[in-house]
Amino acid sequence: MNAPAATEMRPGPLPHGPEWDFELIERYHAAIAETAAEFRLDTYPNQIEIINSEQMLDAYAASGLPIGYPHWSFGKAFIRNEQSYRKGYQGLAYEIVINSSPCIAYLMEENSLTMQALVIAHASYGHNSFFKGNYLFRQFTQADAMLDYLVFARNYVMECEERYGMAEVEEVLDSCHALMDYGVDRYKRPAPISAREREARRTERAESERKLYNDLWRTVPGGAPAASESRSSVFPPEPQENILYFVEKHSPRLAPWQRELARIVRKLAQYFYPQTQTKVMNEGWATFWHYTLLNRLYDKRMVDDAFMFEFLHHHTNVVAQRGFDEKGYHGLNPYALGFAMMQDLRRICEDPTEEDRVWFPDLAGGDWLKVLDFAMRNFKDESFIAQYLSPRLIRDLRLFVVSDRAGEPELEVANIHDEHGYRRVRRVLADHYERENRLPDIQVVRYERDGDRSLTLRHLVHRGRPLHEDETDEVLRHLGRLWGFTVRLESVSTEGQVERTDQWQP
Amino acid sequence: MMHLIDRRLNARNKSAVNRERFIRRYKEHIKRAVKDMVADRSIKDMVQGGEVKVPAKDVSEPGFRYGSGGDWDGVYPGNREFVTGDRIPRPSGGGRGAGGNQPGQGESVDEFVFTLSRDEFLNIFFDDLELPNLMRTALAEAENKKLVRAGYVKEGTPSNLSVPRTMKTALARRIALGGPVRDELEEARADLAQALREHQPAGEIEALEVRVLELEGRLKRLPFLDDVDLRYRHRVVQPAPTARAVVFCLMDVSASMDERKKDLAKRFFTLLYLFLTRKYEKVELVFIRHTDEAEEVDEDTFFYDQRSGGTVVLSALELMKAIVTARYPRSEWNIYAAQASDGDAFGADAGKSARFVREELLPLTRYFAYIETPEDEDARKSPLWVEYQEMEGEEHNFAMRRVSRPGEIYPVFRELFSKERAKG
Repeated sequence: MNAPAATEMRPGPLPHGPEWDFELIERYHAAIAETAAEFRLDTYPNQIEIINSEQMLDAYAASGLPIGYPHWSFGKAFIRNEQSYRKGYQGLAYEIVINSSPCIAYLMEENSLTMQALVIAHASYGHNSFFKGNYLFRQFTQADAMLDYLVFARNYVMECEERYGMAEVEEVLDSCHALMDYGVDRYKRPAPISAREREARRTERAESERKLYNDLWRTVPGGAPAASESRSSVFPPEPQENILYFVEKHSPRLAPWQRELARIVRKLAQYFYPQTQTKVMNEGWATFWHYTLLNRLYDKRMVDDAFMFEFLHHHTNVVAQRGFDEKGYHGLNPYALGFAMMQDLRRICEDPTEEDRVWFPDLAGGDWLKVLDFAMRNFKDESFIAQYLSPRLIRDLRLFVVSDRAGEPELEVANIHDEHGYRRVRRVLADHYERENRLPDIQVVRYERDGDRSLTLRHLVHRGRPLHEDETDEVLRHLGRLWGFTVRLESVSTEGQVERTDQWQP
Repeated sequence: MMHLIDRRLNARNKSAVNRERFIRRYKEHIKRAVKDMVADRSIKDMVQGGEVKVPAKDVSEPGFRYGSGGDWDGVYPGNREFVTGDRIPRPSGGGRGAGGNQPGQGESVDEFVFTLSRDEFLNIFFDDLELPNLMRTALAEAENKKLVRAGYVKEGTPSNLSVPRTMKTALARRIALGGPVRDELEEARADLAQALREHQPAGEIEALEVRVLELEGRLKRLPFLDDVDLRYRHRVVQPAPTARAVVFCLMDVSASMDERKKDLAKRFFTLLYLFLTRKYEKVELVFIRHTDEAEEVDEDTFFYDQRSGGTVVLSALELMKAIVTARYPRSEWNIYAAQASDGDAFGADAGKSARFVREELLPLTRYFAYIETPEDEDARKSPLWVEYQEMEGEEHNFAMRRVSRPGEIYPVFRELFSKERAKG
């Protein structure tokens, strides 16, 4: 490193200390932005907001959204966070960042200057570039319309509460929340539409309904609409995995405003969908970049040793990974795994071993910036791990697979970090981040439009895993409330046999 | 390009709305918890927040999830000794061992615990007692405040201007600032007089005259009143109550007083205590329980120690009188009495008690409240009730009530409250 030349050009290290002020934050941001540009990070414009810890707790409760509609479940989340924060079980997240354009990052008042720099690098450049680049985010969220939509949602919910009563609205929202996980389109891309257009459309819809309303029709004798002529016997023709969408569109019972509420919940679920699919990558990417950017600042002598010590202290905490049998183990830490994989990718490019050349012939010796950028853009957790988890990392983390077979009295260690195990460890870990592995496969298969109006869902039993009985009953009750007629859930084995039927009747 | 925005002054507590909704939704649980708290706490500790536990099952937000069973594979880090094919006993505590990498969601937590703030606690406590809103605020208010004079300050509103103090300061300032000038002036005058006496040249005399005039001018130009002279009366806020009160809690603990009746009694005493702590700086509690004889006990014994025996109300009243005479001179203490009983009194006891209250106790006390806790609402009026009833209306500081649920307690105090309020 030709430090002397660099130092001559630099105005010397940035000041450092526990106290920050606005000017210092601007200076740090400028330095980080400049460094990020060296690495060609492409981001939305940044907006950094300073808040205090109470506001952070508020933001936390609303899943980080700056605006939310009122609902008791957010109160519950708030109480829980507040409780553990006050008792000191849990520090607050250092940062919250919102996938919108401009990308909003919150800095907490109580943080030291070093922490603020870390958060700026992590959130405003790491997460921000991920939001802008990753394919899932590009497909499923309109960053520029999100804040507008949140405002619309909040106002709409509050308007409904005024008009129909709080209890009514709460009931509908409760029921929709129970189906939130099943309110996601995984393939379609929602048409971009702004809140204003949405509102305009809604009023237009209401207006045309009003205009077309004619009381005469009520008096026409025997005027039952011609019964289904060309309807196919089974509706929907294809199983539908977006249950909430199906309910919103076809429920025989819901009033228009209730449909709109279902839609709001669905939109939120959709908004969070990419985040649930990219936790490891997103955090790994952001952590990798705060680490890389701040180290680069250090190399340029823009920050001093004291800064680095404090930064590394926090960084190490964030990426700590405990062994399965150690105290404080809470599963694989997405920050640790993601960061290790990103670092490993860079290593494979810059300093490949023989093994890497065999496993990753295309990557070894490549341009790490391009490789990482490609990975960030085109993968989600499941495919990212399946593609890039290297044997070396499996060894480093000493990963092993435990299999649990129904009927066996004991668990078995199926694979460990050896030649025979690498591929399977990688596959199982990748599967773990697959949506199907967490959520039972449940789809709408039948709606008796012309019969008793009952709705039938099908649960495809995967590897003999049963549903949680109490919760399933609860969810069916909620679904029934939205549907208004009998709701049935059939659990079907892989062979196509109906093994069990749960039912809710009004 | 970056925008840096300071949001610290924005509204905090955005979640207050949602928190309140949560509390409304789980009101039943919370009410139950508050009830337990009321039972467990001593009267003096009543007014504080507390922990509420709601079964996790009740607050859960359901969703389609996997239960236990079926085949699972999980990846774990930190392998030290396992090799492929090793068998591990299933971890106890049930459930599948291989949920993967997430910590067992909701499995370990059976209860959702949260803390009720003091205000929230009081609100629910008062809800049960059906306290009118005005009363709620009066009781829940942290402390009565009073403005007290605290010297003078240099800044204030014109209405607080203290004229004498201002004039004094002005005078002091004029003396202080004018001092040197006055000295010089005296000197100059002396010089002038001397010069006149000695018939010095006209030029010098004129110069001296000019100097005297100039000094006189300077003295005159000292302002009579200046901004710095202004003094304002200063007032500070101080907690108001200053007097002392003692509450005598009298309770019949004979076997017929069951838990429900005792709970009512406890709420009754608590309410009186709460009310009095608003009015008085120091409130002492004296607990007197009686069966056929009375004794002074501590609070725990009072509420929880079971006694059996007959009922002689008079014994408790006499003991109270004795304690007042011995420890609480009327000149120094405001004496309140609250009596709870199911009214069973035998023979002449009821009549004697009523007479004793009227003749001996009412003159001593500021207020004597009696609640009767009958078996049920239609129960026949007890002998004690019948005797006491004669006093009601005649005596201004006596109130009585039959109470079979908490909501009926408050009216006992209504009169007391309104009277105290009227007195201001």
